[in-house]
This record gives sequence, C-alpha cells and structure tokens, in this order.
Amino acid sequence: MQATSGEVLVEVNRIKKYFGSIKAVDDISFEVRRGDILGFLGPNGAGKSTAMKMITCFLQQDTGSIKVCGHDTIAEDLAVRQKIGYLPESAPAYGEMTVTGFLNFVLDVRGVDDRQAAIDKAVEMTGLHKVMNQTIETLSKGFKRRVGLAQALIHDPEVLILDEPTDGLDPNQKKLVQDLILKIARNKAIILSTHILDEVERICNRAIIISEGQLLEDSTPLDLMEKAPNHNVIHLALAEENKELVSKIQELEWVERIVRETETRLEIYPKDQMSHLAELMPLLEGIHMESITVQEGRLEDFFREKTEGVCA
Amino acid sequence: MSRYTGLKAVFKREFRGYFATPLGYIFMVVFLIAAGLLTVSRDFGRFLELRQASLDSFFNFLPWLFVALAPAVAMRLWAEERKTGTVELLFTLPITLRGSYLGKFLAGWSFMLVSLALTCPVVFVVAWLGDPDWGTIITGYLACALCVGLYLAIGMTFSAMTKNQVVAFILGLAASMIFLNIGRPQSLEVFSSIAGIGGYLEQLAASMSIIDHFNSLTRGLIELRTLAFFGISTLGWLAAGMALLDEVKAS
Repeated sequence: MQATSGEVLVEVNRIKKYFGSIKAVDDISFEVRRGDILGFLGPNGAGKSTAMKMITCFLQQDTGSIKVCGHDTIAEDLAVRQKIGYLPESAPAYGEMTVTGFLNFVLDVRGVDDRQAAIDKAVEMTGLHKVMNQTIETLSKGFKRRVGLAQALIHDPEVLILDEPTDGLDPNQKKLVQDLILKIARNKAIILSTHILDEVERICNRAIIISEGQLLEDSTPLDLMEKAPNHNVIHLALAEENKELVSKIQELEWVERIVRETETRLEIYPKDQMSHLAELMPLLEGIHMESITVQEGRLEDFFREKTEGVCA
Repeated sequence: MSRYTGLKAVFKREFRGYFATPLGYIFMVVFLIAAGLLTVSRDFGRFLELRQASLDSFFNFLPWLFVALAPAVAMRLWAEERKTGTVELLFTLPITLRGSYLGKFLAGWSFMLVSLALTCPVVFVVAWLGDPDWGTIITGYLACALCVGLYLAIGMTFSAMTKNQVVAFILGLAASMIFLNIGRPQSLEVFSSIAGIGGYLEQLAASMSIIDHFNSLTRGLIELRTLAFFGISTLGWLAAGMALLDEVKAS
C-alpha cells in the first residue's frame, strides 16, 4: 500500500514531553492524511502511548504543537476530542454498565442526535448484537475490545486512534478487527500502535518507528521492509561443497559477505540490498544446486535492527 | 461548548450508577437504620424519652453519621476511574475537567440527598405527635444537605489523590473528622496555647468548625457566615480536588 495524498488531518510538530527528568517524547514531527493507516511502532516504553495521549488531549506536550482537523490540541481541546475516536490501551470501560448503557453514555457526551442509527451502525461493524444487554465486566476480552472499538467509532470520527487494538485477541478476532480497520479507513486518518509487525505489513500504508522518544523512521512498510538487513539475501543450497564457487562469488563487486550455514548452504548478502540474482546466475551454470531463493526483507527484521538493545 | 461541557451526561451516568449495583441500596439501608437507631437510642437521641415534638435528637447525630458515610460514597468516584483506566477514556471524550468533576459531585450529593429525603417518616411522626417548629425542621435539613456536600467534596479530593479506594476513604474520613472537631473546646485550647499567633489560630479554628455552623442552622438561625462557610469550604475543596486530579490523572 502506498501513502495517500488526502488532506492532512493530524499534524504533529516538534513535540516534546518530559515526566520529571525522563524524556518520554523527544522532538517528534509527522503528519497523517485522510486515507492513511499509520502504524506506530516501537519497543515498550518508547513513547508511543505518550504521543497518542497527547494527540487525544489526555496529556499536554511541553513544547511543540499538535493540530487535529485544524484544531490545536491545547487551545481547542474540546473540538479536537469531538473529531477523534480513541481506543486506549487495554480498552477500559465501565464494567458495571451494560453495553447499551455504555454506548448511550458516549453518545450522550458526544451529543449525537440520531442515537439508534449510530448504535446500529457501530454494533453492525463490531458484531456486538448478542451482548448488548450484558454488563461489560461479564464479557470476554475480545468482546471488551470490540466494545472499546464501538465507542471509538460510534460518532463516525474523522480521526481514529487505536492503542494496541488487537493485543490479546485470538487470531480470528485479530483478523476481524484488522478487516474492520481496512473497511473504515477510506475517509479517515487512522493511527494504530501495535507490536504485531505482520499487522502493519498487512493493513498499514505508513509506518513510524519510535525508540527512546525519538522518531527513527517514517516511511511505508514496503520501504522499511526493503531496508531490512536481510532484504534480497540469496540463499543458495549446493548439492556438494564447492570452494572455488564460493571464492568466485566473494569476488563479485556487489557481494558484501557470505555466511556459510553449512558446507553446502550459503547466504549471500548484497551491499546495496538490491536483487542481484541475474548477475549471479552465470556463475552457477553447470553447478548442481538443491535450491536457490531470494529473501524478502521483513519489517520485523528492520525493527529489530533499529531498536535492538533498547528495553523498557 | 462551555467550561461545564459533559456535566449533564456524567451526572446522569453516575447517578444511575448508584442504583445499578447493590452498593447504593446497601448505603441507603445502613444510613436509614443507623439514623433511626441513633435518634431513638437511650444513649444518644433519646427521642422517645424527651417527649418533645422536635427533631433535635434526629439532626444532632447526623453530622457524625455522615462523616463516615460520605467518604464511603466519595472514595470510588475518582480512585476507581484511575485504577481501571477509564479516566483516560473520560478525559479524551469531549468533557471538561470541571464538567466531569462537578457532574460526579452533584450525582453523589443528589444520591445522599435522596437518602436524606427518605428519612421523611420521622417528620410525619413528629407532626402527628405534636406541633413541631417547621422552621427548624427546614433549616435542619438544610444543615444536613450542606454538611454532607462539604464532606463529599473533602472525600472526593482524596479520591482524586489516590487509586486506592480504602486509602481514599481513610484520608477523607480523617480530614472530615478534623473539621468536625476543630471547634471543640479541647482543640481550641491547643490552638490558643501556641505563643504569638495562638489567638488568631483559635479564632480561625472556631470559624472553621463544621459542628458549630451545623448547630447554628439546626437551631433555626440562617446566618450569612454559616452559608458562606459551607459554600466557600465546599467550593474550595472541589477546586483543590480538580487541580489535584488534573496533575495526577495520567500517573
């Protein structure tokens, strides 16, 4: 998926946030446009949730500014909150309330006129029909998360901010939530934080990596995958050991290094992470091979390379 | 949009919440039984022994009953929100801090006023038995309403301070007890004994005594200083609670 060219709905400009002497967010800037699904990545404690809390007006940044749909999050916080749907981490909700009661409360606060239509639409999208009259504390984790999503979506917001929306869900529920996000994304700007990098590869058209409060990358998942250290590594399995071939490959200009897993299994790392299979093929003529594959870089590998050694 | 945006919605949710769980009903039953027992007990109200068509024996002990019950109502108001994380949800909805704080306060206060209103049979009994002074009955109920509002504001401040409801209850109870007892002769003696500023402290303590202002109202006196005391103290505690909550809500 490619980055969109819709209007800018979220504009984060050089924000910083300190908790005492701890710098939680350090000079972060980015924009989110209509149609974007932005994946917010980073190790635990990197500052993702803090940044999200500032965009949703729960916290105020120490310096810098954030605009949501043109409204400043500090000067016009109520207008910003009207525009945003937010699912906080672990989807907190009032346990003693029924799902209907809770959604009605959110509608009450948001001043939505056509309540029944809003509830019907949110319930339809999140599949809550069966549990509408149950108290939230009696629901399973998956349903609780869906109630959180329903309250975030109920007023059809332009900006949706989801803090780990699929955390703790089973694979079927995860797919359900991911499909839902894809379905509603067209007219919204969505920011979601997650530790599941496959999820970003699947549904996001942009990804931001934050570590120790700083923004390390802002690109498309595809670009980041291509920057992975093992992108376009050629895995070569020979039928028998061939030292001459190895030294010939080693001499090729584009080869950075060869890792020999065994005598007959080689990993050829290119210097520029480009595909050089075509240039390798002439050397392999007449050589008995079991297999040859070109590895596609994974976001997880790139993420690990960028953030390894950083712990919460 | 105003500075009180969300007040009505929060009030509605909170007020209904008291009746959504058994807790609200338990509170009411405990309050009504305790108020009744204290009124007729030979050791306390001696309502039956006094043989007077007066509610003095009923009102006299209510500040002592409310001092324990109001912190119990107040303790969950913010501590629970912060513990379960719903505070994050609440303050990312289009609700102002003032709207939500006052919405909760008014809901708690209304709930306690409903409990207080349920003591009306005692008024009917007195009216049936004799010819009571209706003025003191009305000012007596006014005193109770103001007193319970102040206790609730004190309790809410401590509920905003901690995520632990038990701690919030104990601190709320302790602070309310201090203001209830600050005007007692023993307390005033301690203040007056402080060299230099003792006289001022004694006056200050006497003017902050909940029980003195309460008794003044139950005697039928509606004085500006009494109304100002309850009004300013309650608003002061509410403002302190709001400032505190704004600081600690994200921690």
